[in-house]
Amino acid sequence: MKRDGKKIIFEKAGDLPPMAMSLGTTEYNETGSWRNERPVVDSSKCTGCGICWKFCPDISIKEDANGKASIDYFFCKGCGICAVECPVKAIEMKEEEK
Amino acid sequence: MIYTIPQKELINPGHLACQGCGGALALRTVLKTLGENTILTFPACCWSVIDGPFPYSAVKVPLFHTAFETAAVTAAGVKAGVKKAQDPNTISVAWAGDGGTFDIGIQALSGAAERNEDMFYFVYDNEAYMNTGVQRSSATPKGAWTTTTPTQSPKKERKKDLVSIIAAHAVPYIATACVAYPEDLTKKLEKAKKIKGFKFFHIFAPCPPGWKINPQDTIRIAKMAVENKMFPLFEIEDGEKYTINMPNPKKEKNVPVNEYILKQGRFRHLKEDDINEIQAFVDKRWEKLKKLAEI
Amino acid sequence: MSTQKVLMGNHALSWGAVTSRVQVISAYPITPQTQVVELLSEMCTDGTLDAEFIKVESEHSAMAACIGASAAGARTFTATSAQGLALMHEMLHWAVGGRLPVVMGNINRAMAPPWTIWTEQTDSLSQRDTGWLQVYASSNQEVYDSVLMAYKIAENRKVSLPMMIVLDAFFLSHTSENVIMIDQNKADAYLPKYDPEFKLDVKNPHTFGGLTTPDWYMELRYNIQKGMDDSYQVIRDAQSEFKSVFGRDYGMVEEYKCEDADVILVGMATAASTGKESIDILRNKGVKAGLLRIRYFRPFPFEDVRRVLKNAKQILVLDRNLSPGLGGITFQEVKSAMYNEKNKPPIYGFIMGLGGRDITVESITNLFEHAKKNDPQDIIWMEVKK
Repeated sequence: MKRDGKKIIFEKAGDLPPMAMSLGTTEYNETGSWRNERPVVDSSKCTGCGICWKFCPDISIKEDANGKASIDYFFCKGCGICAVECPVKAIEMKEEEK
Repeated sequence: MIYTIPQKELINPGHLACQGCGGALALRTVLKTLGENTILTFPACCWSVIDGPFPYSAVKVPLFHTAFETAAVTAAGVKAGVKKAQDPNTISVAWAGDGGTFDIGIQALSGAAERNEDMFYFVYDNEAYMNTGVQRSSATPKGAWTTTTPTQSPKKERKKDLVSIIAAHAVPYIATACVAYPEDLTKKLEKAKKIKGFKFFHIFAPCPPGWKINPQDTIRIAKMAVENKMFPLFEIEDGEKYTINMPNPKKEKNVPVNEYILKQGRFRHLKEDDINEIQAFVDKRWEKLKKLAEI
Repeated sequence: MSTQKVLMGNHALSWGAVTSRVQVISAYPITPQTQVVELLSEMCTDGTLDAEFIKVESEHSAMAACIGASAAGARTFTATSAQGLALMHEMLHWAVGGRLPVVMGNINRAMAPPWTIWTEQTDSLSQRDTGWLQVYASSNQEVYDSVLMAYKIAENRKVSLPMMIVLDAFFLSHTSENVIMIDQNKADAYLPKYDPEFKLDVKNPHTFGGLTTPDWYMELRYNIQKGMDDSYQVIRDAQSEFKSVFGRDYGMVEEYKCEDADVILVGMATAASTGKESIDILRNKGVKAGLLRIRYFRPFPFEDVRRVLKNAKQILVLDRNLSPGLGGITFQEVKSAMYNEKNKPPIYGFIMGLGGRDITVESITNLFEHAKKNDPQDIIWMEVKK
C-alpha cells in the first residue's frame, strides 16, 4: 500500500486489510468541484456569530484570524445554507466561474 | 466566532452527502457532544454512502456498517463486546435512517428497547428511502409525493407514530430533535449521556433532492416544521413523563402549515382541502401532546 | 485424572463454550437447540461463565449481535437450527465479509414446511456458499472438543472466518454420552484470549465494511478464499496440538478400514458412525468395505478425499440432505473432487434418512448390496415409499 497525499493506493490483494476497512479520511475528496455557486463572506459585515459554522453540513466554514467566518472552498459544495441563515446578510452566493 | 455547540469536529469534510443534507448535519452535530469514546453502527441508509468509499471514511470514530434491519441489535452487540473486551463506558450508537428504523429495522429496535440495552439509537428522518431514490417509507407523511407514491396517487397513509411505539417500551429516554435547533439537540444529548439504558432520538433531517427543495432552505424548512408543530420538540422519560421543549415557548404562536407545505415540491400537487386536512391533523396531535405533557 | 460428565450433545456445545471462555452469547430458542442456551443462561447467572448473554428477538438478530460483539473484539457464541439458520442467512455472509470468527452450533433439522423437528443436513448445507467453516460431529465428545478447536482455527489471523459446529438433531443433540472434560488451565493455554488484528477501537478508529467499488471487491473475495486455503494447515496444526495436549485425534476426515477397501462409503455425522457397524458386518462376510466420514465440509477436504478414494473400485455416498434438481450435496462435492483424478471409481449417490427417518445398520448394509448391481446413478432413493 502506498499513499499519495491523502489518497491511498493499493496494488494487489495482499495490500488490502483483512476486510474493507478505512485507512484514510474523505479529505482526499475535493467536494468543492460540485459547486455551482460560491459563498463569499463580507468580513466587514460578519459579526462572528457562528451561525453559518453551526449549520454547515460540509464542515467547510472556519474561523479566520479576526474571528470572522471563512469558507474552505476545497470542500464547500455551495449549498447556500450559510447565506440564507446569516442574520446580517454577510454571505452572498456568487455564480461559480468554470 | 461564538460557538453555541461543541467546537470539535468528529466528521471530516469531503464526505459524499448531497448539498444541504440534513442527515449529514445531524450526525455532525450529534458526534460533537457524544465525543470520541463512541462507536457507530450504520445500517443501510444514506450514511452508508455519505461516509465515503473504502478505504476512506468521513467519521473520526470507529464505525461498523451492518445489514439494513440490524442497527439496534448490532449496536447492542458492540456494547456487549466493549463491556467484555474493552472499555465498558464506550458509547454504542445505532445511527439509522427512517426506512431502517420505522420499517425494516423495527423488530430489532423493539427488541433492543425492550431489553433496555445501554445504547443510543438515532433515527435521522428524511421521510422516505432517499438513498435508493425517494421511495415511500412508513415515515413518509400523508399526501407526499415519492417515486412509489406518484402525484396522481400520493401517499394515503399517515406517518407512523414511532415515538409513541418506543414510548410504549418505557425506555428511560426519548427525544425529538431537529437539525435547525442544534443547541436543543446538544442539551438533550448531554442529558441522555448521563442516563443508563436505551436512549432514543428522533431527528428531523430534511432531504433537498427528496423533498424537492432548494438545498439552501434545509434549515429554514426544518425550522418551519418545528414552529408549525408538524415536528414538535419534546422529551419522554420512562415512557410517561412528557416535556415539550419548543424553541420559543413564550412567543409561541399559531404558525399554519401552509408555508411549509407550499415550499416543498413533494407536496406541490396538494389542494387547499388537503392542506386543511393536514392542518387539522397537526392541531389535533399538538393538543394531544400538550395533554400528555400536563400529566 | 480427567473429569467426565454425562452430557447430551446440546450440553456438550454449552460446555464447549464455557471451556472456550466465550465473552458474548446471543441466541434465540428453537427446537432442538434450546438446551444449549438454557444451560448457558444458567451458567452466565451462577458465575460458571463470565459472559454477556443477549437474549434477542430473532436468530437474525442473534447473529447480528454476535457480529457487533465480535467486531468489538469479544469472543462470541450462538447456536441455532433449521429455520433459525435460514433466517440468519444474510448475517452469515456478514460475518464472513467482516472476517469475524463467530462460532456457532447448528443442530441439523429438516426445513419446513411441513413443520418438522427431526434431523436432516439440508439446513446447514444450504449455507455452504456463505464462507463459514463447517465441521460435522458424530459424538458428543467430538462436539465438545470441536468448540475449543473452532475458536483456535477461526481466530487464527490467517483464517479470520466464522465456524459452524454441526450435529444431528436428537441422535446427538438429545442423546447423552460420556464426555471427558478439558482442564481449564490446559484449555486456556491451548486457546489464548482473542486478540484480533483490528477491531472497533476508539483509540485506533477505523470504519468497517464501507462501500467498495468493483476495483477492490474481487480482491477482498480472493482474500476470503485465501483464508480458506490457509485454513487447511491451521486446522491440521490445531488438531495435532489438540492431540498432543488432550490425547484425542481428529482429522479433516475420519477413515475406517479404507486402506484396502474396494467399496468405500462416504458420509457425515451420526449416519456415518452407524456405518462403522455395517462395515464390520460386511468385513466379516469377506466384503472389502470401508468408511470415509467427512468431518470438514468447508473447507472441503479435497486432499484427504482423493487420497482415500482413489484406489477404491466403487464409491457410495450417503446423503441425509437433498438439493432438489440436483440430488445429494455431499455426492456432488465428492464427485467433483474426483473429476480430475486419473482413476475415477464409479460413484453412487444415495438419498436416505430425510426428515429424521432412522438410518439403521441394515439400511447402510443395503447400500453395499445395491452397489453389486454395478449401476452407478446420481440419485438413488433408498427406503422411500415411491
